[in-house]
Amino acid sequence: MAAGLSTPRIVDTAHARQSGATVEIGGIPIFLQTDDEDFRRLIEDRYVGFVNATAEPGCQLKIHLHAPAASMPGDVRVTRSGSVWRIERGDFRAEFDAQSCRGWVRQSPNPYSLDAVMRIIHSLVLAEDGGFLIHAASGVRNDRAFVFAGVSGAGKTTMSRLAPADATLLTDEISYIRRSGNGYHAYGTPFAGELARVGTNLKAPLEALYFLEKGPDNRIVPMGDSDAAHALMRNILFFAHDPELVRRVFEAALEFVSRVRVARFVFAPDERAWELIR
Amino acid sequence: MSDKYIARSKAVAARVLGGEMMIMSAADSRLFSLSDVATVIWEAADGRTPLAEIVEQRICAEFDVPPDVAYRDAEHLVEELATRGILSISTQPIAEAVAGRPAAEAP
Repeated sequence: MAAGLSTPRIVDTAHARQSGATVEIGGIPIFLQTDDEDFRRLIEDRYVGFVNATAEPGCQLKIHLHAPAASMPGDVRVTRSGSVWRIERGDFRAEFDAQSCRGWVRQSPNPYSLDAVMRIIHSLVLAEDGGFLIHAASGVRNDRAFVFAGVSGAGKTTMSRLAPADATLLTDEISYIRRSGNGYHAYGTPFAGELARVGTNLKAPLEALYFLEKGPDNRIVPMGDSDAAHALMRNILFFAHDPELVRRVFEAALEFVSRVRVARFVFAPDERAWELIR
Repeated sequence: MSDKYIARSKAVAARVLGGEMMIMSAADSRLFSLSDVATVIWEAADGRTPLAEIVEQRICAEFDVPPDVAYRDAEHLVEELATRGILSISTQPIAEAVAGRPAAEAP
């Protein structure tokens, strides 16, 4: 099984002497090793707020850079052999051993390929522990997290733009959900959407998940568990058709809807939208 | 007339949520909700019990449907579930079937 989330191991006590940066998302630090100083700076810039030089990384990803190629990204393909996941897209190839929490990626020096690999690795690690990444904006208000899910155009960016001053935006695109006792926490992520703004590195207990729907006014419409599960499954970032992973994600989704308030949020796309988010 | 034998696919995950049986196919990650009748058939699909027996002892008994109507509807249903990779159908008992109730079913 994958490295325990709550007991990160020291993958290399000499990592600080290696070139790279430790990026901690969702409380899971991953050491991104690169010999290329320019790319290391790019990583630190890309993941600003999520770079944690003092964290003891439980996972490590070695980055091998090659010259930029003309290949298009295309669809991602994720397959498993034993504990090793192979991740391939037009613009990168990667392997990640869920047992040792080590891996490598071969890519050109661009941040988009690394973003994709990081999202996939985090989704795989989270699946081991009942968590997931979801296409959703999220924010914290009154110390509680609210997640706003929906496909492109549903209103994630709008809700993010309309966030009032007393709300902290965790992300406008990819929300990070982890089990925590009998509940869940939402974490900020650096995976930005249309706002092109890195989220805030913060976590908060999850209060509710809302599926966005633009309308003339603001209404929260309850959803049955089955509808909630279907809607959630449509929005979870899910990269592989591996039977064991499918089972884990399925269990995680159903467990989530049985524990967390899930509803449709019909909202008017103006400043009134956050009136019900408290 | 040879009867049909049905077995739950191993490539699915299943769980009851809010009184509804939900099944996810590992092949294409599609999520299905089963009706009450489909749930009874799914639970009884052990690969050894003929479909006619499932219809007679479970469907007719629980849903007050005439046997011929129930069997015809059940045939359509299992074919649809088989098309979606949720069940397998055979004219012989299915040896590889998982015995008993679905392991993933919630207590």
